[in-house]
Amino acid sequence: MRKDLHPLVMVALVAAVTLAGRALPTWTLSLATIAASNALIALGIVVLARTGNVSFGQGLFFAAGGYGVALIANAWGLNDAVAQVIVGAACGGLLGLVIGPLIARYTGIFFGMLTLALSMVFYGALVKSTALGGSDGFNVGRPSLFGMSFTDPREADFMLYAVSVIVTGFAGIAATILFRSEFGLASLAVRENNLRVEYLGLSANRMISINFLIAAIFAGASGAFALMAQRHIDPQFAYWTTSGEFVFVAVLAGNQSVAAVFVASMALELVRSFSNLYLPNTWQLVLGVFLLGVILFLPRGIGSLWIRGRRKRPTPAAAPLAAERGAAP
Amino acid sequence: MNPVLSVRQLEKRFGAVVAADALTLDIPAGQKISLIGANGAGKTTFVNMVTGYLKPDGGTILLDGMDIGRRSPRSTARLGISRSFQIPQLFVELTAAENLTVAISGIGTRMSLRAAAEAQGRRDKAVELLERFGLADLADRPISELAGGVRKLIDIAMALVRRPKLLLLDEPTSGVSAEEKFRTMDRVIHAVAPDAATIVFVEHDMEIVSRYADRVVAFYQGRILADGLPAEVLSNQEVRRYVTGGAR
Repeated sequence: MRKDLHPLVMVALVAAVTLAGRALPTWTLSLATIAASNALIALGIVVLARTGNVSFGQGLFFAAGGYGVALIANAWGLNDAVAQVIVGAACGGLLGLVIGPLIARYTGIFFGMLTLALSMVFYGALVKSTALGGSDGFNVGRPSLFGMSFTDPREADFMLYAVSVIVTGFAGIAATILFRSEFGLASLAVRENNLRVEYLGLSANRMISINFLIAAIFAGASGAFALMAQRHIDPQFAYWTTSGEFVFVAVLAGNQSVAAVFVASMALELVRSFSNLYLPNTWQLVLGVFLLGVILFLPRGIGSLWIRGRRKRPTPAAAPLAAERGAAP
Repeated sequence: MNPVLSVRQLEKRFGAVVAADALTLDIPAGQKISLIGANGAGKTTFVNMVTGYLKPDGGTILLDGMDIGRRSPRSTARLGISRSFQIPQLFVELTAAENLTVAISGIGTRMSLRAAAEAQGRRDKAVELLERFGLADLADRPISELAGGVRKLIDIAMALVRRPKLLLLDEPTSGVSAEEKFRTMDRVIHAVAPDAATIVFVEHDMEIVSRYADRVVAFYQGRILADGLPAEVLSNQEVRRYVTGGAR
């Protein structure tokens, strides 16, 4: 049987990574904050992908979370970072609650295209909305934490880093518990054969809807982090290339490991930053080669680096036993 | 005895092809009934309509007196009809025990967030079901590593999880070698006996039919050609002509 990390060990890891931020140089703090934020939304895509469906339009919920937080922050002065994350998650979740059951009956490319279409409709509406700043968007104030304001840039960066790592870390722990659970197992079954799942008395649509809702909540919270990091929001949050980046992280990670999502997101940010620094005109080429390399050598994602070794392989003596039983059960 | 399943004037057409033509059939509790017929005779269509996969064009399907003709596969499963498939429909990336755990988790109204391998009693129940089929030692093997005959038995084990009132088996011995087909069927009947009082199995092998069925229903072009004891039906001239081709 697989030896999985106990949730308390995972909590300790999250605490360690958070405290490690104190020793990190300032430039890595903002990089890690963006990586954690992207990992959160990519984690949602991975949760959804376990039912066999990929959303190409998570930018919709990302933007819904970001705009929801920005509007409330400007209207009512809600600047607390934790409250903003909760509001962002709620905005994404509410939208996911409405959309999920409607599109859960579609599968494969139809599902993906529908999510993409919905995000682009939202993008179009945002661009045309003068009340929301149109294509320029609008600014929000610096976030605080439990009444504390951070004027020192290093402290402000560390606060954002800590909140994003803690929230994303706990989302990762929740996802790990979900993946190991009966519900997680049934989600994998939906991916493989949803008709058989129905014949067992389970609702494949309900399971897809729940996974979709989780992905929308993660995306909304991620939108709140992106807003806090940039202190500006515009319709680009909902644009298809933004959604594509999150799918990019999910593809890099694969759907076998939660930890892989964080590794993939950090790797992508590092490759992007360094290639942008040293090859400013061809950094997309470097990113493309990086993705090709991962697809070629790790077709099941970065997570297969450590998950593959844990898969139980049939022993030479056991394999003929299976064949024999097939012929003579 | 009241029938578990009662089908009245069931109709189904696929364009010009008649798959069910005014089918009327009662299935009493406790019987083992074999459906026979050439390819395209309407046996699998009948199973698909009873389990909710296909909606009939006309007629009624009553389960314990309740009309289930417009219900979904999920709803019919919850009402007590289970089925296995000619080609086993399993989750090939999961292990044998995990396949059964998914089936067991479908019984309750909500699923546990506890680890599947640790959920109270569920793994034990999965292994107990595999034990009935003599497959307990394969519990932790992925389905993708198992041979066709084993997959067939696991497919039937999954159908048994709900302790169905009516169990429909679509060609339970297809793909099994001639020497082993009786042992396979013995194992299926033995494993099914404690849970499923009524079994309907689609079968092409007349030796299996005559040995295991209490009653045989012969289909031909969407109609029931003959219905009765195995010896009577299999010796029926029309059945010999249109279904068995003079077999036996």
